[in-house]
Amino acid sequence: MNAMDYSNFLVMKEELSLVAVMVILLLYDVFGSKKSLRYFQPVACILFAVHTLLHVVPSVANESFGGMYQYTPMIGVLKTILNIGTLIVLMQASEWLRSESTIHKRGEFVFLLLTTLLGMYFMVSAGNFMFFYIGLETASIPLATLVAFDKFKSKSAEAGAKYILNAVFASGLSLYGLSLIYGTTGTLYFEDIPAAITGAPLQILAFVFFVVGLFFKMSLVPFHQWTPDVYEGAPTAVTSYLSVISKGAAAFVLMTILIKVFSPIAAQWQGILYGVIIVTITLANLFAIRQKNLKRFLAYSSISQAGYIVLGIIGGSAMGMASLVYYILVYMVSNLAAFGVIAAIENKTGKVSMDDYNGLYSTNPRLALVMTLAMFSLAGIPPFAGFFSKFFIFAAAAEQGYYILVLIALINTIISLYYYLLVVKAMFINKSDAPIAAFRCDGAMRFSLSLCSAGIVLLGLLSVIYNQLSLLGYGM
Amino acid sequence: MNFLSLFVLIPVLMTCAMFLLKDIRRIRAVMVTGASLLLVLAVTLTVMFLGQRSAGNDAEMLFTADVLWFAPLNIHYSVGVDGISVAMLLLSSIIVFTGVFASWKMSPLPREFFAWYSLLSIGVFGFFISTDLFTMFLFYEVALIPMYLLIGVWGTGRKEYSAMKLTLMLMGGSALLLVGILGIYFHSAPEGGQLSMNILEISKNTIPMNAQYLFFPLTFVGFGVLGAMFPFHTWSPDGHASAPTAVSMLHAGVLMKLGGYGCFRVAIYLMPEAANELSWIFLILTGISVVYGAFSAIKQTDLKYINAYSSVSHCGLVLFAILMLNQTAMTGAVLQMLSHGLMTALFFALIGMIYGRTHTRDIREMGGLMKIMPFLSVCFVIAGLASLGLPGLSGFVAEMTVFVGSFEHTDTFHRVFTIIACSSIVITAVYILRMVGKVFYGAVQNKDHLALTDAVWFERLSVIVLIVAIAGLGMAPLWVSDMIHESLAPIIEQLIK
Repeated sequence: MNAMDYSNFLVMKEELSLVAVMVILLLYDVFGSKKSLRYFQPVACILFAVHTLLHVVPSVANESFGGMYQYTPMIGVLKTILNIGTLIVLMQASEWLRSESTIHKRGEFVFLLLTTLLGMYFMVSAGNFMFFYIGLETASIPLATLVAFDKFKSKSAEAGAKYILNAVFASGLSLYGLSLIYGTTGTLYFEDIPAAITGAPLQILAFVFFVVGLFFKMSLVPFHQWTPDVYEGAPTAVTSYLSVISKGAAAFVLMTILIKVFSPIAAQWQGILYGVIIVTITLANLFAIRQKNLKRFLAYSSISQAGYIVLGIIGGSAMGMASLVYYILVYMVSNLAAFGVIAAIENKTGKVSMDDYNGLYSTNPRLALVMTLAMFSLAGIPPFAGFFSKFFIFAAAAEQGYYILVLIALINTIISLYYYLLVVKAMFINKSDAPIAAFRCDGAMRFSLSLCSAGIVLLGLLSVIYNQLSLLGYGM
Repeated sequence: MNFLSLFVLIPVLMTCAMFLLKDIRRIRAVMVTGASLLLVLAVTLTVMFLGQRSAGNDAEMLFTADVLWFAPLNIHYSVGVDGISVAMLLLSSIIVFTGVFASWKMSPLPREFFAWYSLLSIGVFGFFISTDLFTMFLFYEVALIPMYLLIGVWGTGRKEYSAMKLTLMLMGGSALLLVGILGIYFHSAPEGGQLSMNILEISKNTIPMNAQYLFFPLTFVGFGVLGAMFPFHTWSPDGHASAPTAVSMLHAGVLMKLGGYGCFRVAIYLMPEAANELSWIFLILTGISVVYGAFSAIKQTDLKYINAYSSVSHCGLVLFAILMLNQTAMTGAVLQMLSHGLMTALFFALIGMIYGRTHTRDIREMGGLMKIMPFLSVCFVIAGLASLGLPGLSGFVAEMTVFVGSFEHTDTFHRVFTIIACSSIVITAVYILRMVGKVFYGAVQNKDHLALTDAVWFERLSVIVLIVAIAGLGMAPLWVSDMIHESLAPIIEQLIK
């Protein structure tokens, strides 16, 4: 065998540049003087923004390490979406990180956050199950520490323990599935597996075990129980990261693996997804109605949104992939807008209950408007982006003839509209004796919220984004 | 830029302006300017449309424009109007215009009120000019959602309950509709052909029968919910009763017409075979709407509830006439939309003005208002007469055409239902006359009412515009009905094909 060819690494440009950002920030955090460290967060945001901009234009499809690492333009686009989301999370976290209890460990926060992002890069770029599994774990374990970041708050510590236990269990199942796949097909390369898949019961079993790991990451029912507790306990910045970036990456990987590797047993996994979608959307919606804590509320909302994302996967079509990526993008800006508002208010007042938001419009009209935009977009109300993304994902499912499923999902959007409107109602209609006092958020938060609002308004109306995505999509 | 797009652009600018302005006078100035521009635009459009038609331009849609929007799904922003859309645009602009004056003294938060109000008008105008299913659906939902806040924040009575009920039921309707639209889209071309969202293109192809049987009911019920079809009408009385005046006007006057318009423009026009086969089911339901709405109105004591149930009955008649599937009855249906839109807007405007003075809408607590506020009372009587179909006013023209059209069917089933629906005219007379007699004539019930004043200038303006339109439609209906009649020809052709 030849010596290792280092040019293989050059294909992984985006990963390398992310590692560079991480190393620079780590060194800065360790060796920077106390005075210069005041600029740590702006520097982190700017460096990461530069990294995002460097890779904003997707390059041509490529692979390295004998196909272990794959790159397609669609993967590039997805990574950019994850980057933008992470950047927004970093900006929204800045005020919280400057607070007394966290300021000494903000370096760790950024480093851990970017490590999980690196894991997700590996996951979405994987062309081999081993590589995929490494990515999955790299993404999971730092996340558990992030969830427990407010370690002196018992809820945060509890959430961290719940997350790691669930994650380990799920990845154990996943690994077991992978070993069965290896046992029955003799390979771990995505490209070689389909030829060896015969649909034997053992392979179906292997598939089911494997897919559980991803269902857990996406918090699809029945693997969703960790979600509300973890979302509630984790610091809000981590919650928003979990709910969009982690979920988005897992959804994309689920789709690519299903259509690339398991296309011979499409009928079987379509059946599984069919059931999972119905149960996920319906149960999550019914539970969301009764939530009073906004973070728990958004946890259930994000479970049901994951169900809608899977609608794009079930057809396994090129249109489905484009709609899925577009949905992730739109869901990301909408959810981050909502979490941004929650974080801003939590930082100032410590309040996260829906009743605390009564009369918010009279004191903080701008925050209330952003929150309304986010709720309308999540509910799929035109002319906001959420309407377009829902429409396309439904169209993708309808294209494959899943009309009943689309109808069930649509009826569920009405239930979801009810609870999204409850938030709007609290802010605009309900009266409060002691509404949250008027305040100003810091610059980074205001910038990130404007970015999200602009995204919510423009991503749909400007058709160019979806049109471009649909050129890159591929299916079974 | 296409001239029709101004109908969307003006309300968009109005909405944006609301975010910039603070002073109430400026806000009013912007709203009046915008609404007047829309009215002028609608009148100009009507004149131009009639001019084009008399010059022999017999294309199905005039003033068309088409911009590709989402290429992968072949979604276009495409606009165009035929006689029916022109009539609806005219109606909408009149109601939007008068609504601004009816909410002249809006408080609290006038700026926000007018912002949502303008957003609502974007949806309404956009819907009537669209010829693409996607854009049409988009505008349809844009028109629905502002209702939640408009009723929830500025409404009266059980406003939160009503707002939520209305929003959820209407959005439920639009969920069914969306499945219908997707179904139409994916069957819009024979195997392998270019799928289309454009209504005119889809109508050239025949959608397979099994698909029609599935998607016609979904589409029809989807639009029917907004048209207050029994048993999906329950949002309407609560919603209308709780809404602020201008919103009731716009909602009963225009929004409910979106339902009727969609029913024949999308459901019947694109799936004529299923319409022929299945119309009897919906005919029964709408027949119930007509009679049930009228009977319910008799029992009510709240002025707004009376008018809301009367709207259920009248809008039921619109759908009823559409389902007769012949040109005369459908012309009647569109005339009824116009007539009911104007009439009900007038009713709600007057009820709002009376309520603003008496602070009650209960007819048992009012009486003898004719002597106290003669202008409002006379106008109310005129509205009542229009509603019960007095010749010379718009209601007569519309109902006459509807029932003449319905009688063209010679089979027993249609005959029986026509007769049942006809009986609603009598019932309407009962509740209208009873209401008018109780509130405006007789002895003054409440001595405090003696101190009340009559309408002021902006109220008079809004009421007079509506009365002129009602009388105009009643006295000179032919130009409108001809315009509608010839525009229905393509739809009828589809049905008998």
